[in-house]
Amino acid sequence: MIEARNLGLSFETQDGPVQTLSEISLSVLEGEFISLIGPSGCGKTTLLRAIANLETPTSGSLTVNGMNAEAARLARAYGYVFQAPALLPWRSVKDNVRLPLEIMGLDDVAGRVSRNLDLVKLNGFEQKFPWQLSGGMQQRVSIARALAFDPKLLLMDEPFGALDEIVRDKLNQQLLELWARTKKTVVFVTHSIPEAVFLSTKIVVMSPRPGRIIDVIDVDLPSVRNLEIRESSAFLKIAHRVREGLKSGHSYED
Amino acid sequence: MPILTITFAIIVIWYLACIPMNAVLTTPKIANAGGGLANTLAYSWNEVRPVLPSPHQVAREIWNTVFAVAPWTIKSLVYHLWVTLSSTLVGFIMGGLLGILLAISIVHMTSLEKSLMPWVIASQTIPILAIAPMLIVVLGKTGLPDIFTKASISAYLCFFPVTIGMVKGLRSPDVMQQDLMRTYNASWTQTLWKLRLPASLPFLFTSLKVSVAIALTGAIVAELPTGAVAGIGARLLNGSYYGNTLQIWSALFVAAFAAAMMVWFLGELEKQSLKRMGAKP
Repeated sequence: MIEARNLGLSFETQDGPVQTLSEISLSVLEGEFISLIGPSGCGKTTLLRAIANLETPTSGSLTVNGMNAEAARLARAYGYVFQAPALLPWRSVKDNVRLPLEIMGLDDVAGRVSRNLDLVKLNGFEQKFPWQLSGGMQQRVSIARALAFDPKLLLMDEPFGALDEIVRDKLNQQLLELWARTKKTVVFVTHSIPEAVFLSTKIVVMSPRPGRIIDVIDVDLPSVRNLEIRESSAFLKIAHRVREGLKSGHSYED
Repeated sequence: MPILTITFAIIVIWYLACIPMNAVLTTPKIANAGGGLANTLAYSWNEVRPVLPSPHQVAREIWNTVFAVAPWTIKSLVYHLWVTLSSTLVGFIMGGLLGILLAISIVHMTSLEKSLMPWVIASQTIPILAIAPMLIVVLGKTGLPDIFTKASISAYLCFFPVTIGMVKGLRSPDVMQQDLMRTYNASWTQTLWKLRLPASLPFLFTSLKVSVAIALTGAIVAELPTGAVAGIGARLLNGSYYGNTLQIWSALFVAAFAAAMMVWFLGELEKQSLKRMGAKP
């Protein structure tokens, strides 16, 4: 689904070039749930944006869905969920989910809208405006919007980072159910270890200066998970390995 | 309530100011009548050709020229107001559209911001009174109807706030919303219609409210150098030729009232459209 080989990305700044990504090699298979985890500045968001063709790598190769990243964006291969809901405040919930359908000129607009609002459990809120919803509900609308045109790939950039832990737990569970039902490939950026372990089939641990991959961990927990699993020893073992990875990448130093 | 207090204060100050302002004309008359406070007030506030007419004289003049005469005659202020307002509105629409188009071009072509913006700003630094006669002469030669000549002065004044406001408004969507449109591979017209224009609407209304008031000023100024026989500007000119301050003051009040009504109307339109766009009540 996604294939990155020796990917590098550097910015020119006044103090010389800054290497945001260095020697990133990663492959994501169809149906996987991949988390990118690391401290801020490790390039996890940049990597996601490179996959989405919102940033352009300066070296290496990157294919998304068998195409280069730009062709994949032009072919509307992925849905993107941002850190903030980024809803259009003048559109109701329903019309926000309609937005990509209008732009892409797809058919069965009403059906797609209601199916995807069902998926995030927001039926009944069609006519509400964003300001009438809580932060968690707004982010669910933005997930429905990203899924509205049925892309195979879902890119999520710390979608629950701004929410409190209780809401986040609930949304994590809903996201897992949604993933099981839709069989999408998900690339998920987070800085929460429990969130990464709970959601993923594979965790990519990253470290800053330059942004690079430290470890790739397969999560061999059962595919049906509930919140209690976070107290199991298997879960804690994986969480420990993630923490060790972050430590070895000097993520806990100043 | 606060507005009534201020209005009352202004009227009191105005009445008081009438006494010294009209003293030149009234001093001998008051002396003849035997002086005293009652005579002073009576003469100061009811002078036939006053330097500063008192509020009730202006009110009576407005009543006489607005309600007591048929609105289509040359004696009616309604007729004059209509002449000025029609060119105000034509100019407002021309200037508004020009302002929006300029803003859209500036937002979409970064080179235009550097090349066009200085001219847009320079155009507003020239005193309108200096450029109005020349514009009217030049445009008069083109054979366009007079109303367009007058309206062009309004348009010249009122496109500017619209351009400035709309450039800011069209750029108001945040980076995430713009990235979102990019992930949809939206064309620039789709981004314009579905993101930039709706986001700029509050900015547009703020600009339009400023614009409509100066469009009226522009239409009045445009009537001055042409020696127009009809319109609020013509009334002002006529009043100052013949020292008829009552006519000037009543024309000014009617013009101010019309401007206030237009701003109010735009405010209501703004409220309605923002309500339909789901704004927080």
